Amino acid sequence: MSFAHKHLMGIEELSAEDIALILDTAEKMSEVSRRPLKKVPALRGKLVVNLFFENSTRTRSSFEIAEKRLSADTLNFSASTSSLQKGETLVDTVLNLERMQPDCYVIRHASPGTCQLIHPFTKAALVNAGDGTHEHPTQALLDAMTIRQKKGDFKGLEVLICGDISHSRVVRSNIFLLSKMGAKVTVCGPATFMPPHLESLGVTATTDFERALRGKDVVMMLRIQMERQTKGLFPSLLEYYKTFGLTEERLRLADKQVIVMHPGPINRGVEMASEVADGPYSVILDQVENGVAVRMAVLYLLLGGSEDEAAR
Amino acid sequence: MKRLVKNGRVVDPQSGTDDTLDILLDGGRIARVEKRIPEKGAEVFDATGMVVAPGFIDMHVHLREPGFERKETIASGLAAALAGGFSGVCCMPNTRPVNDNASVTQYILDRARSCSPVRVYPIGAVTRGSKGEELAPYAEMREAGVRAVSDDGHPVASSAVMRRALEYAGSLGLLVIDHCEDLDLVGDGVMNEGPVSVRLGLHGIPAEAESIPVRRDITLARLTGQRVHIAHVSTRLAVEAIRAAKKKRVPVTAEATPHHFSLTEAAVLGFDTNTKMNPPLREQDDVDAVIEGLADGTIDAIVTDHAPHAYEEKMVEFDRAPSGIIGLQTAVPLALDRLVRTDRISLKRMVDAFSSAPARLLGLEGKGRIQEGADADLTIFSLRKETCLAPGDIKSLSKNSPFLGMKLKGAVMAVIIAGELYSAAKKG
Amino acid sequence: MKRKTLFDAAGIQRSLGRLALEITERLQGCEGVVLIGIHRRGVPLAQRIARLLEKAEKARVPVGSLDINLYRDDFSTVGAAPVLRGTQVDFDISGKTVVLVDDVLFTGRTVRAALDALVDLGRPARVQLAVLVDRGHRELPIQADYVGLSLNTRREDHVELLLKETDGEDALILESAASAARAGSEGKRP
Repeated sequence: MSFAHKHLMGIEELSAEDIALILDTAEKMSEVSRRPLKKVPALRGKLVVNLFFENSTRTRSSFEIAEKRLSADTLNFSASTSSLQKGETLVDTVLNLERMQPDCYVIRHASPGTCQLIHPFTKAALVNAGDGTHEHPTQALLDAMTIRQKKGDFKGLEVLICGDISHSRVVRSNIFLLSKMGAKVTVCGPATFMPPHLESLGVTATTDFERALRGKDVVMMLRIQMERQTKGLFPSLLEYYKTFGLTEERLRLADKQVIVMHPGPINRGVEMASEVADGPYSVILDQVENGVAVRMAVLYLLLGGSEDEAAR
Repeated sequence: MKRLVKNGRVVDPQSGTDDTLDILLDGGRIARVEKRIPEKGAEVFDATGMVVAPGFIDMHVHLREPGFERKETIASGLAAALAGGFSGVCCMPNTRPVNDNASVTQYILDRARSCSPVRVYPIGAVTRGSKGEELAPYAEMREAGVRAVSDDGHPVASSAVMRRALEYAGSLGLLVIDHCEDLDLVGDGVMNEGPVSVRLGLHGIPAEAESIPVRRDITLARLTGQRVHIAHVSTRLAVEAIRAAKKKRVPVTAEATPHHFSLTEAAVLGFDTNTKMNPPLREQDDVDAVIEGLADGTIDAIVTDHAPHAYEEKMVEFDRAPSGIIGLQTAVPLALDRLVRTDRISLKRMVDAFSSAPARLLGLEGKGRIQEGADADLTIFSLRKETCLAPGDIKSLSKNSPFLGMKLKGAVMAVIIAGELYSAAKKG
Repeated sequence: MKRKTLFDAAGIQRSLGRLALEITERLQGCEGVVLIGIHRRGVPLAQRIARLLEKAEKARVPVGSLDINLYRDDFSTVGAAPVLRGTQVDFDISGKTVVLVDDVLFTGRTVRAALDALVDLGRPARVQLAVLVDRGHRELPIQADYVGLSLNTRREDHVELLLKETDGEDALILESAASAARAGSEGKRP
């Protein structure tokens, strides 16, 4: 089968087969990263613009490495150095960049739906690198790659996602992906971090962390943003840790073969204890490594086809 | 000059008339309403197969002038109103400067008279600068022509200010229209809080952000004994609160917009900023409640909340885009297509919501009825003809509408204002 | 469309036997020799040749597989991105004699890509090419060192090798489009 999408705006538009193809391709890509000479010419002469309107050193670095390993030319366009400070609209920015004939935009932006806004104004492929609290598809894909490596399959897997569900850009993509692949997802966090109607996404929502942990195969802890405390969403970091921090003791409630994940960067002593982050169940650094492979796979699959034939 | 509107299906909610009749107009008034009036000496409009209703009045329009002429001018807004079948509009005071004194009111009226036959009833601000603090000079504005006051877009947060506004406006016979929105509860919300907001990662606005201030206003109306009119009702919670209050004879009235009875939050799924409104598009149950409210009269009037925004203002990220859509040219077709054609409300109730009800609420003598001696303002429309508007058909300066290109059954055929005919039929 | 079976299973195996023999003769044994098959069908062919070499020489011959899709020169003109099969070379090729193995040698572009892919993995002492079929029509200056069968074909013909490992059966098939194409073009002429 082949990849029939021109863009990766979100997981929601992908089928289970699409996801499997991306993961299979990513597995092949990880071989390139292990070579002494970590570069292949697949995207030689392609221009990828990294449009980052929000600071995200990790995601941007991971994309940049992926682009470079595939020999693409990269342009980093970040908000702090850009004309956006001068009041240019996003659409105008894209219209300007468009004349530099880019083949792909990798976009990180604080507003949900950024790719949908840009879409009519560009001929290039769009890769969503996080649009506000909407989707962050490559994060979900790298999480899935890590889960598949450790668990083999998604069918019937019990996955717990815990933390600031409301403000997380990764949780929706993960819910869409894991549900499509047949896993069972539970989300958990303080009630103030859980938007109403979560169940409409096909997940179980709870505020009882310890009960939610029972028997879980995968536990994914989300980053708590310190500024939420000042907005009155939770009383203190210490209280958060006491109620929702993943400790070794709590982890024993989960399945014996549990894996612990975190999209990074971790707040040690807030989302989880250091012993857990560095412990034998942690696959957090595998996630980072898989990030490059997944992004290589996405770029390869999106930029591989000719325009007329690959466009849906 | 005399004008004869022949063979139309005349619907007059006030008298209960629904019959094929001729209407003779003379000197800006309705002279006779009878079967088979002789044609001699009159210019004839053949309304065979059309509905003839009292002139439609849109109680909730943003004309944007003075101050925001990039979005709309009084001239372009009134051209849209005329094309949309309205003989009169109320324009909201959130202009720059705010219409919180007689000179702004006078300016709007002068501009309107110079460019359009459409009758304009400016709405004054509740508080100076719509800041929610000091009352605006209602008596002076009333003198200039204001029939209602509202701080639309800037809800009156203080219950004490609202109480004083109701008391003072009530004593002058002015209607207080309140945009009910609990801004604290809204927070950084940009769409309805529900399954769609969760899916899109957009911050939600709960229905309670509307129903809490609605309940406060009802309580204050009871306290003061003065009328309060709830603007653009969008939720079942609000509809039910108003229905219960009306049952207890609290002097509360309400209005709803075509977009709130035509669309649900599902329209937001593609992040089209033309689906971003305030109040936001709600869930199907809310849409049903709004329609039920219109059907049983809990919601008195249909209004457009016509809110023009320039292309570049809407062509931005969803959460950064301004709220609102234009609506003057789509309101009547939407009501005919979504409410009357589907039998959810009767034709008579629909006509009432567009004409008699606004006339009643605003105390407009001679409007909202087809009877001898009433003003010769009529809206004539077809139940069968289809409306499908392209951007080029839009008279507004702004084209921000999710209804462009949509086929709707029902079309405005003509408007008569003070006996003068303005045909809406497209040329060519 | 004419479809002709040129080799059956026995024919393919005989041909591979000859190839293996030639390799050992030319390289004087298989000391320092590694085989790298080009995806897809070069991979099982390399494995089969390796088994033959190991049997004859009683020495282990490392086998790797090479995915050339990341090195193609027609990357942006193919329909959708080709499915990656992955490169797996679990040994150091530096200083070795690498015998690249592919099923059919045609334009030479695959081999060109394979050579690029190979040098990214290390610096072999020399690289040779073994193919089961050479059907001509080269577009690049590339020749095979070991050829199972040289075929005279028309450019528009289709040569297909089926293998048990990938297709369930062994067969070498020539699909000749010639007659059909001629009939078609003549039919359209006024």
